[in-house]
Amino acid sequence: MSGPGLNDFVIKIGTVNGTGSASANGLLMKSIFRMGVPVVGKNVFPSNIQGLPTWYEIRVSGDGHAGRSGEVHMMVAMNQATYDQDLAELSTGGVLVYDSTWPRPQLESRPDVTVIGVPLMQMCNEVVKAARSRILMKNMAYVGAVAALVDIDLGVIRSLIEETFAAKAKLIDSNMQAVKLGYDYIKEHYETPLRFRVSALDKTKGKVMIDGNTAASLGCVYAGATFGAWYPITPSTSLMDGFFKYCKKLRVNKENGKNKYCIIQAEDELAAAGLIIGAAWNGARAFTPTSGPGISLMAEWIGFAYYTEIPVVFFDIQRTGPSTGMPTRTQQCDIQTTAYASHGDTKHIVLYPSDPNECFHFAAKSFDLAERFQTPVFFLSDIDLGMNDWMVDELTWDDSYIPDRGKVLSEDDLSKMESFSRYLDVDGDHIPYRTLPGTDPKGAYFLRGSGHNAHARYTELGHEYQEVVDRLLAKWESAKSAVPAPIVQKAASQTRYGMIAIGTSDAAATEARTRLEADGMPVDYMRVRAFPFTDEVEAFMADHDEVFIIEQNRDAQLLNMLLTETNVPREKLIPILHYSGEPLNYRFVCDALEKRIKLRKIA
Amino acid sequence: MTSFVKPKIRRTNEPLNELGLARADYEGSMSTLCAGCGHDSVTAAIVRAFYELSIPPHRALKISGIGCSSKTTSYFMNDSHGANTVHGRMPSFATGALSANNDLATIGISGDGDSLSIGLGQMAHAMRRNVNMLYMLENNGVYGLTKGQFSASADLGSLPKKGDPNEFSPIDPVAFALSVGATFVARSFSGDRKQLVSLIKAGLKHKGFAMIDVISPCVSFNDHKGSTKSYAHTYEFYSKAVHADYIAPSQEIVAAYDEGEVMPVELHDGGYIQLRKIDADYDPTDRGAAFSRVMASDSANEILTGLLYIDESQPDLHETQNMEALPLNEIPYAELNPGAEALSALQAEFR
Repeated sequence: MSGPGLNDFVIKIGTVNGTGSASANGLLMKSIFRMGVPVVGKNVFPSNIQGLPTWYEIRVSGDGHAGRSGEVHMMVAMNQATYDQDLAELSTGGVLVYDSTWPRPQLESRPDVTVIGVPLMQMCNEVVKAARSRILMKNMAYVGAVAALVDIDLGVIRSLIEETFAAKAKLIDSNMQAVKLGYDYIKEHYETPLRFRVSALDKTKGKVMIDGNTAASLGCVYAGATFGAWYPITPSTSLMDGFFKYCKKLRVNKENGKNKYCIIQAEDELAAAGLIIGAAWNGARAFTPTSGPGISLMAEWIGFAYYTEIPVVFFDIQRTGPSTGMPTRTQQCDIQTTAYASHGDTKHIVLYPSDPNECFHFAAKSFDLAERFQTPVFFLSDIDLGMNDWMVDELTWDDSYIPDRGKVLSEDDLSKMESFSRYLDVDGDHIPYRTLPGTDPKGAYFLRGSGHNAHARYTELGHEYQEVVDRLLAKWESAKSAVPAPIVQKAASQTRYGMIAIGTSDAAATEARTRLEADGMPVDYMRVRAFPFTDEVEAFMADHDEVFIIEQNRDAQLLNMLLTETNVPREKLIPILHYSGEPLNYRFVCDALEKRIKLRKIA
Repeated sequence: MTSFVKPKIRRTNEPLNELGLARADYEGSMSTLCAGCGHDSVTAAIVRAFYELSIPPHRALKISGIGCSSKTTSYFMNDSHGANTVHGRMPSFATGALSANNDLATIGISGDGDSLSIGLGQMAHAMRRNVNMLYMLENNGVYGLTKGQFSASADLGSLPKKGDPNEFSPIDPVAFALSVGATFVARSFSGDRKQLVSLIKAGLKHKGFAMIDVISPCVSFNDHKGSTKSYAHTYEFYSKAVHADYIAPSQEIVAAYDEGEVMPVELHDGGYIQLRKIDADYDPTDRGAAFSRVMASDSANEILTGLLYIDESQPDLHETQNMEALPLNEIPYAELNPGAEALSALQAEFR
């Protein structure tokens, strides 16, 4: 359906992890970005330190599509263990680049693709002495070869290398030398550039290439979060790495060198949850980054925070489950877990960001929502969003922002009150007032996960218990007016078809919608951005005869929640499920919808 | 059943502390534990210690897990924020709460089930971090609320009310605390109010993690013949090693004992913990020696009590984290927001 063509193609690089290829691949992508051409980068890596196959996919998209296309036009096959698989994946008419230092007879099994051999290792061995350097330089050599083939500006590559090695000038020349090895070899032996190539544009100004975890960590810093606790788990770890890095840079008192933050590496996820709930109870904005297995472990605490009404933020960077699953592959498999986490009747506020810019703003928003509604808030991301670099608008901050700390009574407030009841709905908005320890004796109350009444006293009386849990439900429902509203992309013409997606299914869904419309199949698309579902969600489903629910899990979790939480009839909703662990691509969505729509036309 | 709010009735001429508060001002709701429960004596000792130290109740935190012992946080200091949290997870909640404001006198209440089985990991890590709190482990060797199962502190061969003797090796909280780096390790008995009050006061004033393992018999499920956690057994095998008195900065140290038997340990508030050694050969500042003495006592079925180890020199978590003196929960947002300009500047690496 697309490409390859000018500024419209996909390069996939297959390497072995732990060989330093990540920086070479990043360099390739960043060079294209610096040439003003939008790019999408997806890292598919193993749960391993060294020696297993890893791939990096770069989609060059002059039109600015943000998701995967599902095709591969150039395969840089650097890993002999995956040659066969890599060759098979190459689209017809594609180009295979391999290291011709060793003969690969099997490469001739695809007469429909062009094979380009470059003796990378041999050339590097002749120039570079140290064994480890040879491996690193071989990576830079394939960067050069690819640059020559698709016309990437060598000057841009050079300036990026100069920035990277600003402190180690020696490495600039040796890296450039390696790039030139590959570049010159191609120039000498092949007609370049290829039919599909990069041509400079002006479409990346005001944009940044950033991953969702880093952006979310900045959101925590800017929201004024002061306490973070976590237990290391892929793929959430880089969120805390980011928070730590930026706190060190931005949150240290310059006069006395003291920290205005506290980060604790917990002994497990249970402790991480307890730590942040304790800190939040005592008035610090507190969060933990984790992934599905962590949420499972934290479940008991989550119910505690829900029932005792403590504002706290959980970042769930999803990975494939169940159990350990595929820890470095993506899925949207915790949609239901986060919405209803813990035993008993529990319902949570969940935000569904779809790109790093939204990660930044939703992270900050999570704290406001948590404190406004005095409840745990979940930020549901995934490995694709959290760990891949996405091209987004540069992050901006409004310095007039004032954190919404919710209904917290000061010493002064308390002095004017006759008595204080922690769980009493004084204002009729289902949200009680809270006090922080140490404020005033009148503000003291006893927090308990056991049955309690509106006055925070222990109870086993049914009506007192019900009064509290009924208010909790009403409070949760009232959050509909405060969470981010869905975004609708309407087809130009009236259509009976609707489509709903959340989070990282958005890029593929958006592109699929555009292409389907161009092919005469108009579909309206709604991206839901939060739970509880706002009223627009139900109205959107009511307005269409068939609604495709696109999500990245096996069990249609979002679809089933829509059925549970709204009055939509089951037969209206059609699951489109992608759960291989690879990020969703638009072709998958297009194919599924097209099949359904055409079938209907025939019928 | 709902909780009882105990009416505050002041006696005339009731003695008042430095804050002008009476002991009754440190009391809580009515206990719902069994009559004669050791935990109620511990509660009374806590009330007295806080009262005598003149700690404003609202400047204290009382946090517990789940179990009979953990219920007691609501039986003292109604004017304090209290939290009855999740089974075995009091240490993490307390650590988080203290991180947000280190200026609050924090007492954690736990039991042998809450601490030594489900919560062993969290207790160990609070000790490692030297969290500035007093951790009361009300130890009765048995699960009360679920009607009498052995806990991990039950001694080998100890008899249950019904059924077979305990066959698993006990975890001694004192030996455990010494091995994972706790900086204040004590043992006491709910029946020895005087020693307990002194230890609680010293523990509250210690900067860092203070653990008091209190033998606190369960009258309903573990106070019979053959139980090694009964009142009778504890009285019989009870032995005192080191007595500890908290001496406020304003008070003078009075050496009423022979040289070598009294050992003052200076505290961060300018006060002292004055150690009186009943056993002259015992050095409560030597972790290794304390450990071997505790192990020897365990083998001899002796219940060694008192302040068994103290190290006042270690940084607490707040210090290790290099945090500002101003509590995190009081830092104004203006000081936390790096500003729009900084955000733009730091994105250079992403362009």
